[in-house]
Amino acid sequence: MTQLHISIAAEEIAKLGSITVTNSLLTSWIVVAVLVFLFIKLSSSVREIPSVKQLLIELPIEMIYLLCRSIAGRKAAIFFPYIVVFFLFILFSNWSGLVPGVGSILVKSHEEMVPLLRAPTADLNLTFALALVSVGLIQYQGVKSQGIKYFGKFFSLRPAKAFIGFLELVSELSKILSFSFRLFGNIFAGEVLLVVIAVLVPVIAPIPFYGLELFVGFIQALVFSMLTLVFFNLATVRHEEED
Amino acid sequence: MQELQIPLAFGLGAFPAALAIGIIGGKAMDAIGRNPEASGKIQTSMILSIAFTEAIAIYGLVMALILKFVG
Repeated sequence: MTQLHISIAAEEIAKLGSITVTNSLLTSWIVVAVLVFLFIKLSSSVREIPSVKQLLIELPIEMIYLLCRSIAGRKAAIFFPYIVVFFLFILFSNWSGLVPGVGSILVKSHEEMVPLLRAPTADLNLTFALALVSVGLIQYQGVKSQGIKYFGKFFSLRPAKAFIGFLELVSELSKILSFSFRLFGNIFAGEVLLVVIAVLVPVIAPIPFYGLELFVGFIQALVFSMLTLVFFNLATVRHEEED
Repeated sequence: MQELQIPLAFGLGAFPAALAIGIIGGKAMDAIGRNPEASGKIQTSMILSIAFTEAIAIYGLVMALILKFVG
Protein backbone atom coordinates (compact mmCIF):
# COMPACT_ATOMS: atom_id res chain seq x y z
CA MET A 1 0.00 0.00 0.00
CA THR A 2 3.04 2.28 -0.07
CA GLN A 3 2.37 3.59 -3.60
CA LEU A 4 -0.91 5.24 -2.49
CA HIS A 5 -0.66 9.02 -2.56
CA ILE A 6 -3.21 10.31 -0.05
CA SER A 7 -2.82 13.64 1.69
CA ILE A 8 -5.43 14.96 4.11
CA ALA A 9 -4.36 18.56 3.46
CA ALA A 10 -4.36 20.31 0.10
CA GLU A 11 -0.85 20.59 -1.32
CA GLU A 12 0.96 23.72 -2.43
CA ILE A 13 1.55 23.98 -6.17
CA ALA A 14 2.61 27.62 -6.57
CA LYS A 15 3.10 30.89 -4.73
CA LEU A 16 1.56 34.21 -5.80
CA GLY A 17 3.40 36.79 -3.71
CA SER A 18 2.57 35.85 -0.13
CA ILE A 19 -0.48 33.75 -1.08
CA THR A 20 0.05 30.02 -1.23
CA VAL A 21 -1.90 28.52 -4.12
CA THR A 22 -2.96 24.97 -3.28
CA ASN A 23 -4.42 22.49 -5.73
CA SER A 24 -7.86 22.81 -4.10
CA LEU A 25 -7.75 26.59 -4.46
CA LEU A 26 -6.91 26.29 -8.16
CA THR A 27 -9.82 23.90 -8.74
CA SER A 28 -12.24 26.14 -6.84
CA TRP A 29 -11.20 29.04 -9.12
CA ILE A 30 -11.95 26.84 -12.13
CA VAL A 31 -15.34 25.84 -10.68
CA VAL A 32 -16.26 29.49 -10.03
CA ALA A 33 -15.10 30.48 -13.53
CA VAL A 34 -17.19 27.71 -15.13
CA LEU A 35 -20.31 28.67 -13.13
CA VAL A 36 -19.94 32.40 -13.83
CA PHE A 37 -19.30 31.82 -17.52
CA LEU A 38 -22.25 29.42 -17.82
CA PHE A 39 -24.75 31.74 -16.15
CA ILE A 40 -23.58 34.97 -17.83
CA LYS A 41 -23.80 33.26 -21.21
CA LEU A 42 -27.25 31.87 -20.52
CA SER A 43 -28.70 34.98 -18.86
CA SER A 44 -27.83 37.06 -21.92
CA SER A 45 -30.24 35.02 -24.00
CA VAL A 46 -33.17 34.51 -21.62
CA ARG A 47 -36.46 34.48 -23.52
CA GLU A 48 -40.05 33.99 -22.51
CA ILE A 49 -40.33 30.94 -24.73
CA PRO A 50 -37.25 29.04 -23.54
CA SER A 51 -34.77 27.34 -25.80
CA VAL A 52 -33.71 23.79 -24.94
CA LYS A 53 -30.52 25.01 -23.23
CA GLN A 54 -32.44 27.50 -21.12
CA LEU A 55 -34.96 24.84 -20.19
CA LEU A 56 -32.23 22.43 -19.08
CA ILE A 57 -30.91 25.01 -16.59
CA GLU A 58 -34.33 26.34 -15.58
CA LEU A 59 -35.84 22.99 -14.67
CA PRO A 60 -33.46 22.01 -11.84
CA ILE A 61 -33.38 25.58 -10.50
CA GLU A 62 -37.17 25.67 -10.43
CA MET A 63 -37.16 22.35 -8.57
CA ILE A 64 -34.84 23.85 -5.94
CA TYR A 65 -37.15 26.86 -5.72
CA LEU A 66 -40.20 24.66 -5.14
CA LEU A 67 -38.29 22.78 -2.42
CA CYS A 68 -37.43 26.14 -0.80
CA ARG A 69 -41.10 27.14 -0.97
CA SER A 70 -42.17 23.94 0.77
CA ILE A 71 -39.75 24.63 3.66
CA ALA A 72 -39.68 28.42 4.04
CA GLY A 73 -43.12 29.37 2.67
CA ARG A 74 -43.39 33.01 1.63
CA LYS A 75 -39.88 33.82 2.90
CA ALA A 76 -38.46 31.53 0.19
CA ALA A 77 -37.98 34.42 -2.27
CA ILE A 78 -35.55 36.16 0.13
CA PHE A 79 -33.55 33.02 0.97
CA PHE A 80 -33.51 31.39 -2.46
CA PRO A 81 -30.51 33.30 -3.96
CA TYR A 82 -28.22 32.31 -1.06
CA ILE A 83 -29.41 28.71 -1.09
CA VAL A 84 -29.05 28.17 -4.82
CA VAL A 85 -25.53 29.64 -4.85
CA PHE A 86 -24.49 27.35 -1.98
CA PHE A 87 -26.09 24.41 -3.77
CA LEU A 88 -24.54 24.98 -7.19
CA PHE A 89 -21.05 25.81 -5.90
CA ILE A 90 -20.92 22.78 -3.61
CA LEU A 91 -22.43 20.47 -6.24
CA PHE A 92 -19.93 21.49 -8.91
CA SER A 93 -17.07 21.34 -6.39
CA ASN A 94 -18.03 17.82 -5.32
CA TRP A 95 -18.40 16.60 -8.88
CA SER A 96 -15.18 18.28 -10.04
CA GLY A 97 -13.27 15.64 -8.06
CA LEU A 98 -14.73 12.92 -10.31
CA VAL A 99 -13.60 14.45 -13.61
CA PRO A 100 -10.83 12.33 -15.15
CA GLY A 101 -7.47 14.08 -14.68
CA VAL A 102 -8.37 15.68 -11.35
CA GLY A 103 -6.00 14.05 -8.87
CA SER A 104 -4.14 12.07 -11.53
CA ILE A 105 -2.24 14.86 -13.34
CA LEU A 106 0.89 15.48 -11.29
CA VAL A 107 3.18 18.50 -11.10
CA LYS A 108 6.52 18.93 -9.36
CA SER A 109 6.55 21.07 -6.22
CA HIS A 110 9.32 21.11 -3.60
CA GLU A 111 11.02 18.00 -5.08
CA GLU A 112 7.77 16.09 -4.75
CA MET A 113 5.09 15.08 -7.22
CA VAL A 114 1.69 16.47 -6.18
CA PRO A 115 -1.68 16.44 -8.00
CA LEU A 116 -2.37 19.61 -9.99
CA LEU A 117 -6.10 19.55 -9.25
CA ARG A 118 -8.10 18.35 -6.24
CA ALA A 119 -11.79 18.63 -5.40
CA PRO A 120 -12.25 21.96 -3.52
CA THR A 121 -14.56 20.42 -0.92
CA ALA A 122 -11.94 17.75 -0.12
CA ASP A 123 -10.01 20.50 1.68
CA LEU A 124 -11.06 21.38 5.23
CA ASN A 125 -10.15 25.06 4.70
CA LEU A 126 -12.80 25.54 2.05
CA THR A 127 -15.57 23.67 3.86
CA PHE A 128 -14.75 25.57 7.06
CA ALA A 129 -14.97 28.86 5.15
CA LEU A 130 -18.32 27.80 3.68
CA ALA A 131 -19.58 26.87 7.16
CA LEU A 132 -18.49 30.25 8.55
CA VAL A 133 -20.28 32.06 5.72
CA SER A 134 -23.38 29.97 6.27
CA VAL A 135 -23.52 30.50 10.06
CA GLY A 136 -22.69 34.19 9.57
CA LEU A 137 -25.59 34.55 7.15
CA ILE A 138 -27.89 32.79 9.65
CA GLN A 139 -27.06 35.47 12.26
CA TYR A 140 -27.46 38.19 9.60
CA GLN A 141 -30.92 36.94 8.63
CA GLY A 142 -31.90 36.73 12.32
CA VAL A 143 -30.82 40.32 13.01
CA LYS A 144 -32.38 41.56 9.78
CA SER A 145 -35.80 40.19 10.62
CA GLN A 146 -35.91 40.74 14.41
CA GLY A 147 -33.38 43.50 15.04
CA ILE A 148 -31.40 43.45 18.27
CA LYS A 149 -34.04 41.24 19.88
CA TYR A 150 -32.50 38.31 18.00
CA PHE A 151 -29.67 38.21 20.53
CA GLY A 152 -32.19 37.83 23.35
CA LYS A 153 -32.10 34.17 22.39
CA PHE A 154 -28.50 33.93 23.66
CA PHE A 155 -28.34 36.31 26.63
CA SER A 156 -30.81 36.78 29.43
CA LEU A 157 -30.83 37.82 33.09
CA ARG A 158 -33.23 35.11 34.19
CA PRO A 159 -31.14 32.12 35.31
CA ALA A 160 -33.06 29.39 33.48
CA LYS A 161 -33.15 31.40 30.26
CA ALA A 162 -29.49 32.31 30.63
CA PHE A 163 -28.60 28.62 30.77
CA ILE A 164 -30.69 27.87 27.67
CA GLY A 165 -29.06 30.85 25.97
CA PHE A 166 -25.66 29.39 26.74
CA LEU A 167 -26.73 26.10 25.15
CA GLU A 168 -27.98 28.02 22.10
CA LEU A 169 -24.59 29.71 21.83
CA VAL A 170 -22.82 26.35 21.97
CA SER A 171 -25.15 24.90 19.34
CA GLU A 172 -24.41 27.88 17.09
CA LEU A 173 -20.68 27.15 17.35
CA SER A 174 -21.17 23.43 16.85
CA LYS A 175 -23.09 24.21 13.64
CA ILE A 176 -19.83 25.53 12.16
CA LEU A 177 -18.03 22.31 13.09
CA SER A 178 -20.74 19.96 11.90
CA PHE A 179 -21.27 21.80 8.59
CA SER A 180 -17.57 21.76 7.75
CA PHE A 181 -16.75 18.23 8.96
CA ARG A 182 -19.81 16.68 7.32
CA LEU A 183 -18.99 18.04 3.88
CA PHE A 184 -15.23 17.50 4.16
CA GLY A 185 -15.57 14.00 5.63
CA ASN A 186 -17.98 12.79 3.00
CA ILE A 187 -16.09 14.10 -0.01
CA PHE A 188 -12.58 13.28 1.23
CA ALA A 189 -13.67 9.77 2.26
CA GLY A 190 -15.13 9.35 -1.23
CA GLU A 191 -11.81 10.33 -2.82
CA VAL A 192 -9.92 7.89 -0.57
CA LEU A 193 -12.43 5.14 -1.38
CA LEU A 194 -12.00 5.66 -5.14
CA VAL A 195 -8.19 5.63 -4.86
CA VAL A 196 -8.17 2.46 -2.75
CA ILE A 197 -10.60 0.62 -5.04
CA ALA A 198 -8.64 1.70 -8.13
CA VAL A 199 -5.45 0.30 -6.59
CA LEU A 200 -7.05 -3.00 -5.50
CA VAL A 201 -9.05 -3.72 -8.69
CA PRO A 202 -8.11 -1.31 -11.49
CA VAL A 203 -10.66 -2.49 -14.09
CA ILE A 204 -14.49 -2.20 -13.99
CA ALA A 205 -14.74 -2.34 -10.16
CA PRO A 206 -14.42 1.45 -9.66
CA ILE A 207 -17.43 2.20 -11.94
CA PRO A 208 -20.23 1.58 -9.38
CA PHE A 209 -18.25 3.59 -6.83
CA TYR A 210 -18.16 6.53 -9.24
CA GLY A 211 -21.96 6.28 -9.38
CA LEU A 212 -22.07 6.25 -5.58
CA GLU A 213 -19.81 9.31 -5.39
CA LEU A 214 -21.99 11.22 -7.89
CA PHE A 215 -24.94 10.48 -5.62
CA VAL A 216 -23.07 11.40 -2.41
CA GLY A 217 -21.88 14.66 -3.98
CA PHE A 218 -25.45 15.60 -4.89
CA ILE A 219 -26.88 14.64 -1.49
CA GLN A 220 -24.21 16.55 0.42
CA ALA A 221 -24.80 19.70 -1.67
CA LEU A 222 -28.54 19.31 -1.01
CA VAL A 223 -28.02 18.69 2.72
CA PHE A 224 -25.74 21.71 3.15
CA SER A 225 -28.10 24.09 1.38
CA MET A 226 -31.27 22.66 2.96
CA LEU A 227 -29.80 22.84 6.49
CA THR A 228 -28.79 26.44 5.84
CA LEU A 229 -32.34 27.13 4.70
CA VAL A 230 -33.89 25.47 7.76
CA PHE A 231 -31.61 27.47 10.08
CA PHE A 232 -32.45 30.70 8.18
CA ASN A 233 -36.08 29.85 8.75
CA LEU A 234 -35.56 29.16 12.47
CA ALA A 235 -33.55 32.37 12.94
CA THR A 236 -36.29 34.52 11.42
CA VAL A 237 -39.13 33.08 13.52
CA ARG A 238 -40.07 35.41 16.37
CA HIS A 239 -40.39 33.55 19.63
CA GLU A 240 -43.48 35.43 20.79
CA GLU A 241 -45.29 34.20 17.69
CA GLU A 242 -44.66 30.59 18.64
CA ASP A 243 -46.52 30.71 21.95
CA MET B 1 -3.35 -1.14 20.93
CA GLN B 2 -1.63 1.39 18.64
CA GLU B 3 -2.80 -0.62 15.63
CA LEU B 4 -6.38 -0.71 16.87
CA GLN B 5 -6.93 2.99 17.45
CA ILE B 6 -7.80 3.82 13.84
CA PRO B 7 -10.42 1.07 13.27
CA LEU B 8 -11.86 1.71 16.75
CA ALA B 9 -12.14 5.46 16.15
CA PHE B 10 -14.20 4.86 13.05
CA GLY B 11 -15.99 1.67 14.08
CA LEU B 12 -17.26 2.88 17.45
CA GLY B 13 -18.43 6.14 15.87
CA ALA B 14 -20.13 4.48 12.92
CA PHE B 15 -21.93 1.70 14.80
CA PRO B 16 -24.61 3.72 16.68
CA ALA B 17 -24.98 6.12 13.76
CA ALA B 18 -25.69 3.21 11.41
CA LEU B 19 -28.35 1.88 13.80
CA ALA B 20 -29.90 5.33 14.08
CA ILE B 21 -30.00 5.84 10.31
CA GLY B 22 -31.71 2.47 9.97
CA ILE B 23 -34.34 3.48 12.52
CA ILE B 24 -34.93 6.87 10.86
CA GLY B 25 -35.27 5.29 7.42
CA GLY B 26 -37.59 2.56 8.69
CA LYS B 27 -39.84 5.02 10.53
CA ALA B 28 -39.98 7.23 7.45
CA MET B 29 -41.03 4.22 5.34
CA ASP B 30 -43.74 3.47 7.92
CA ALA B 31 -44.97 7.04 7.71
CA ILE B 32 -44.99 7.08 3.90
CA GLY B 33 -46.85 3.75 3.91
CA ARG B 34 -49.56 5.20 6.14
CA ASN B 35 -49.83 8.53 4.36
CA PRO B 36 -48.39 8.40 0.82
CA GLU B 37 -49.54 11.95 0.00
CA ALA B 38 -47.15 13.39 2.59
CA SER B 39 -44.12 11.59 1.11
CA GLY B 40 -42.46 14.82 -0.09
CA LYS B 41 -42.44 16.43 3.35
CA ILE B 42 -41.41 13.19 5.04
CA GLN B 43 -38.51 12.70 2.65
CA THR B 44 -37.15 16.19 3.30
CA SER B 45 -37.19 15.82 7.07
CA MET B 46 -35.87 12.25 6.76
CA ILE B 47 -32.85 13.43 4.75
CA LEU B 48 -32.22 16.23 7.26
CA SER B 49 -32.37 13.86 10.24
CA ILE B 50 -30.08 11.42 8.47
CA ALA B 51 -27.64 14.24 7.78
CA PHE B 52 -27.53 15.16 11.48
CA THR B 53 -27.02 11.54 12.48
CA GLU B 54 -24.43 10.88 9.84
CA ALA B 55 -22.39 13.88 10.99
CA ILE B 56 -21.57 11.93 14.15
CA ALA B 57 -20.21 9.00 12.16
CA ILE B 58 -18.28 11.47 10.04
CA TYR B 59 -16.57 12.90 13.15
CA GLY B 60 -15.23 9.42 13.83
CA LEU B 61 -14.20 9.05 10.19
CA VAL B 62 -12.35 12.38 10.19
CA MET B 63 -10.58 11.40 13.41
CA ALA B 64 -9.57 8.06 11.86
CA LEU B 65 -8.31 9.78 8.70
CA ILE B 66 -6.31 12.30 10.75
CA LEU B 67 -4.76 9.47 12.81
CA LYS B 68 -3.92 7.58 9.62
CA PHE B 69 -2.53 10.31 7.38
CA VAL B 70 -1.18 13.02 9.71
CA GLY B 71 2.04 12.64 11.64
